[in-house]
Amino acid sequence: MHRFLIKKLLLAVTTLLAISVITFALFFLVPSNPAEVMCGNRQRCGPERLAQIEQRMGLDQPAYVQYGQFMKGIFVGRTFGEGAAARDCPAPCLGFSFRNDEPVTAIVARTLPVTLSIVFGAAAVWLLIGLSVGMVSALRRGTFFDKVAVGTSLVGASMPIFFFGYLLLIVLVYETGLLPNPKYTPITENPAAWAGAMVLPWIGLGFLNSATYARLARAQMLETLSEDFVRTARAKGLSKATVYGRHALRAAITPIVTIAGLDLGTYLGGTVITETVFGFTGLGKTALNAALNLDMPIVMATVLLAAVFIITANVLVDVLYAVIDPRVRLS
Amino acid sequence: MSDRDAPGVPGVGRLAVSPAPAAELGEPGVRDAGTAAEPPEFVGRSPGQLAWMRLKRDRVAVVSGGALLFFILLAAAAPLVSKLYGKGPQDRFPDRLDRNGFPLGYAGIDAHHWLGIQPGNGRDLFIQLVYGLRTSLMIAFTAAVLTIALGIAIGIVAGYLGGWVDAVITWVIDLVLAFPFFIFCFAFVPLAINEFYGPRDEVSPWFRGGLLVLIFVLFNWTYTARLVRGQVLSLREREFVDAARASGAGTGHILFRQLLPNLWAPILVTFSLNVPALITAEAALSFLNIGMVEPTPDLGRLINNSVDYIREVPTFTIVGGSTLFLLVLSFNLFGDSLRDALDPKSSR
Repeated sequence: MHRFLIKKLLLAVTTLLAISVITFALFFLVPSNPAEVMCGNRQRCGPERLAQIEQRMGLDQPAYVQYGQFMKGIFVGRTFGEGAAARDCPAPCLGFSFRNDEPVTAIVARTLPVTLSIVFGAAAVWLLIGLSVGMVSALRRGTFFDKVAVGTSLVGASMPIFFFGYLLLIVLVYETGLLPNPKYTPITENPAAWAGAMVLPWIGLGFLNSATYARLARAQMLETLSEDFVRTARAKGLSKATVYGRHALRAAITPIVTIAGLDLGTYLGGTVITETVFGFTGLGKTALNAALNLDMPIVMATVLLAAVFIITANVLVDVLYAVIDPRVRLS
Repeated sequence: MSDRDAPGVPGVGRLAVSPAPAAELGEPGVRDAGTAAEPPEFVGRSPGQLAWMRLKRDRVAVVSGGALLFFILLAAAAPLVSKLYGKGPQDRFPDRLDRNGFPLGYAGIDAHHWLGIQPGNGRDLFIQLVYGLRTSLMIAFTAAVLTIALGIAIGIVAGYLGGWVDAVITWVIDLVLAFPFFIFCFAFVPLAINEFYGPRDEVSPWFRGGLLVLIFVLFNWTYTARLVRGQVLSLREREFVDAARASGAGTGHILFRQLLPNLWAPILVTFSLNVPALITAEAALSFLNIGMVEPTPDLGRLINNSVDYIREVPTFTIVGGSTLFLLVLSFNLFGDSLRDALDPKSSR
């Protein structure tokens, strides 16, 4: 188990390093003039301003020095520029957005809670609906319920969130006024208002994803039900509830845990479409706006952060899998 | 050893001999009757023919396949449709809008404008959708074909050669999978455009489309490569590979002449499910202003445009969204049926 864990961790760290190098190269080395890119396409910058940006960002130094400074900044913080124009960027320094005149870490700290709220709530919805519908569907295979569930999940899996979300808004907000137009309130300020604003994205993202999960849960459960150990358990006289609810469920749920973990990791890096549809400024929307403004320090930080989420989710899932299913450790 | 033991690998290349169609579809009663009365007539059918027969019997496959054909023909014949319909995608009908830019009548729908008028710029919605389908399908199909080709090549090499080549490729696949797709697109598209075009230049739609295809291929080949690699890993231990090697066949021959024909079924299924995923991704990027932009007609961009008028003219959003939804749905349904037809063991 220890060897397995160490191997996975090493792999994760190398992948993360590779990603940081690639993103860094893409943003700061590939553009023929990064200072001009960072200055933006809307406003024209004079040579003075360009030189200032270059000096502040350390773009006049060789690439490996820049990369080293960036990585060092994450652990010990750094200062951009000198004298009166100096900007301090404390410890987990992911860069400095000169457009907002703010360290990227502060921007992330402001917008990440929005994304977290959306993702965890929606995940609860899709796991709850997806698993229960999928299980019942498998146990009642071929019945009316099953057919409706399979049909609905096919429809749900083909529905893009940027259509479904607007449908929800049209039906529940604009035409009937059942729900207010969502407006984000931090949970620490007013938990009720927070939950009220989150209802729509939770339903939207949660319902659409539950379609995939219902299909998956159904297929897994059907496969498990046809296995020998289920028949044996039934034959030795265990009740249906025990066999289906404990034995079969545990075997069927493992692959779903994997996929749920990976999905969570991916979504934490930004639910940009959901955020755009419902008008929240989360991590994804921030990255999008930054990219459209060519504010590269923000974009690069979000790419890295999202990669960290994905890779961490990967490692967690691997470990969880090894705990649940001992066969994995041997291979 | 039966041909059916490896899931999703029907023994292509050899003839699967099966009795009359009814028996093939798993109705044991017919087979019993056959042996009792007259000797059963055996017809040689290739797995492809068998799959085609199953597909034709599947009502969902026929309906979704028909819908797909309709969408594809509509998109391919867009200029012809435009001529017959009498309006182009850039034609504006300002006299059909009121002072605030909202269409007159019910969303502007009448005998001349079948799906109404786009609020604001007064374009005909139907012809926008037809050309939007064209953009969507062109990008998705090109990307899907390139994705599959790259995925097959890399997957086959990794699976067959094994060793350090396999280790490196697997690591690269993990690396690509760890890249956040959307945020990467946000960063990559504006940077690439900034690199090739000045701040005020008109960006060619072909350049934008090509860029999207490139990103899709870069991010998507991994799934096909993984699938193919897994299949090759199990196939390369089979007797026919040993036989080929024993008779002196080279690596290239074994890879592409012996192994590849055995992989077409899972590859076809991946392809058919890849296209709708790419259609959604392209629409999502255009919806976010990163993909195709004005004046190229595009389904995602159309939904984005419609949001400004969602309170007053919700039909605009609904018409655009439904078109995208139906397109993706028919691809998904057809892909599902195709999988069932190619792999009779899969249970629904």
